[in-house]
Amino acid sequence: MSAIIELKNVSKSFGGITALKKASIKVDVGEVVGLIGDNGAGKSTLIKTLVGVHAPDDGQIIIRGNEVKNWNASKAREAGIETVFQDRALCPQQSIVWNIFMGKELKHRFGFIREKEQVREANKLIREIGFTSKLIDAESPVGNLSGGERQGVAIARAIYNNAELIVLDEPTTALSLIETQKVFDFVDNVKKSGRSVLFIGHNIYHVYDISDRFIVLDRGEVVHQLNKNDIEGPEALMKVMKDAVSKH
Amino acid sequence: MSTKENTFKNLIGKNGRALGSLGYFIILMLVFLIGAPEVMMRPNLHQSVFVMLPVIMFMVIPLVFLVTAGEIDLSFASTFGLSAYIFALLLKAGLDPLLCILIGILSGAVVGILMGCLVVYGRLSSLVASLGALFFIRGFLFVASDSKSISFMEISDHWIYDVLVGKLFGVPMQVYWAALFTIFSYYLYRKHVFGIHIHHVGDNPDSAAQMGINVNWVRISAFMYVGLGAALAGIFSCLINFTWWPTQGFGYLLLALAAVFIGGTPTWGGVGTIVGAVFGVGVIAYMEVGVVAMGMSGVWRQFFNGLIIILAILGHRFHGGRVR
Repeated sequence: MSAIIELKNVSKSFGGITALKKASIKVDVGEVVGLIGDNGAGKSTLIKTLVGVHAPDDGQIIIRGNEVKNWNASKAREAGIETVFQDRALCPQQSIVWNIFMGKELKHRFGFIREKEQVREANKLIREIGFTSKLIDAESPVGNLSGGERQGVAIARAIYNNAELIVLDEPTTALSLIETQKVFDFVDNVKKSGRSVLFIGHNIYHVYDISDRFIVLDRGEVVHQLNKNDIEGPEALMKVMKDAVSKH
Repeated sequence: MSTKENTFKNLIGKNGRALGSLGYFIILMLVFLIGAPEVMMRPNLHQSVFVMLPVIMFMVIPLVFLVTAGEIDLSFASTFGLSAYIFALLLKAGLDPLLCILIGILSGAVVGILMGCLVVYGRLSSLVASLGALFFIRGFLFVASDSKSISFMEISDHWIYDVLVGKLFGVPMQVYWAALFTIFSYYLYRKHVFGIHIHHVGDNPDSAAQMGINVNWVRISAFMYVGLGAALAGIFSCLINFTWWPTQGFGYLLLALAAVFIGGTPTWGGVGTIVGAVFGVGVIAYMEVGVVAMGMSGVWRQFFNGLIIILAILGHRFHGGRVR
C-alpha cells in the first residue's frame, strides 16, 4: 500500500446542492498529482474534505491503509498532511511566528509556548524562503507583508511541519511571474525529497508542467485520472477537460 | 538605523495600546492631582479605591480574552450576582466557607459555558444573547431571593476572611489576589496555547479552523473564563460587604466594559492587552472619586465619565489601526 491518503466514494452536499458525488482519489508516496476542473467543479470541496476542513456526508477516508473516522483538520495535520489554502489561512494581525505555528505550537508541559524556540525556527524559515528585508522578522505582523510574502509564510508553515503530503490550492493565483516560479521550484524540491504534492490550479499549463498524474473533476465527479504518459501536452489535457464538460 | 533605536521602536510598536492606556491613566491622575492636590494626596482616598478596584479587575481581565476572541458578554454582571447568591446560600446552610467559594466559582464557570454554548451552537449574536441572559439571570435572582438581601457577618471570624479580604502591610488582601490573577492571566493570554488560539479565532476564525483549531471550544472556553472571573468578583464583593443583595454587580456592567476598551482592546477581535486593561481599570476606579474630589458636584460625574471614555478611545485610534 503506497497511498498516503485515499478517498473512496466520498460525497458532500451543502443544503440542496451536491458538491461531490462519490469521488474516489488517492495520492501515492512521492508523486505530484494535479487536480483540474472548471470553476464550480468541486475542486475546493474535494480538497477541503481531503484535509479535514469539511466532514464528508458519505464515503471513506483511508490513511496509509487504515480507515479513519471523524476526520478533521487537526487529524489531517497529525497524519502529515499540510495545506496551503487558496486564502492562505493566515491571521493578519498576528506575528509571522504565531502564524507559522498556528494550531501546531511548540509547547512545554501544561501548554505554555516554547517561545524562544519558535522565534528562532521562524527566523530560520523566513530566511530559507527568501525574505531578505531587514524590516521583517518573525515577530512582524503578517498584515504588513505583500501577497507573495504571505504566500511564503503559508508555504513555510507547510514545510516546517515536515509533511508527507503538501496540498497546494491554487497557489499561484495573484502572484507575480517570479513568485510563481518560486512556487514551482518549491514543488520540485518537495518532490525530490520524496514527498508528495497535490496541486490544484485552473491554469492548465502550470498544472501540466509540474504534475506526474492528473485528476479531472467535473460537477462533483471524478471524470478522468490520467498519467502524464497518456497525454501529449497541455492542449490535449485541455481537450479532455472540455470533452468532459460537454458530455453533461 | 541603529539596533538600539530599532528595539526601542519595536517596543513602542508592539506595546502601543498598553502604553496608551498607561498614558491616559497618568494624564487623569495629573489632572486630579492639579485639581485637588490635598484630596489626592490623602492615603485613605487611595485605600478606599483599592478596596473595590480588585473586584473590577476580576471581571475586566477575562473580558479581554473574550473581546479578543471576537465576542462580547453582558451577562457577566448577572453571573456576578448568581454565583455570589449561590455562595451566600451555601454559607447560610452551614457549609465550609472554602467549599462555598469553590462551588461559587464553579457555578460561574458553568454559566459561562452555557452562555458560550448558546452563542456557538445557537448561532446567536453574543451581544443579543448575553443581553437576554443578563436580564434572565437577574430576574431569576429577584424571584428566587424574593428581593431580600442575605447578610453573613459571622464570616469575619473565619480564617478565610483574613486570607482573602483582610489586610497585609496595610493593603487589602484582595489587591494581592487580583494581582496574582492578572499575572496568571497575562501569561495565559500571551504565552499559553489557550490565549494564542483566542487571538487566532478572533482574528480569522476560518483560518483557525483550517489549521485544525477547535474554534467552537475556544469560544466557549473564553465565555467560561468570563463567567469564572465574574464569580470571583461576586464572591469577593460579598466578603468585603458581608452581604449579598439582589442588584449586586449590576452597576459594574458598563464600567467593566468601558475599562476593557479604555484599556486598549479594540472591538474587532484578534488583538488586545492585559496590561492596558489594568490601567483601564485604574482609570475607571479613579474617575468617580476624582471628579468628586475636584469639587465637582455629583451631577457632573457621568458627564466626565463619558468624556474620558470617548477621549481615550479616540486616542487609541492613533496607535493601533487594524491591519488586514
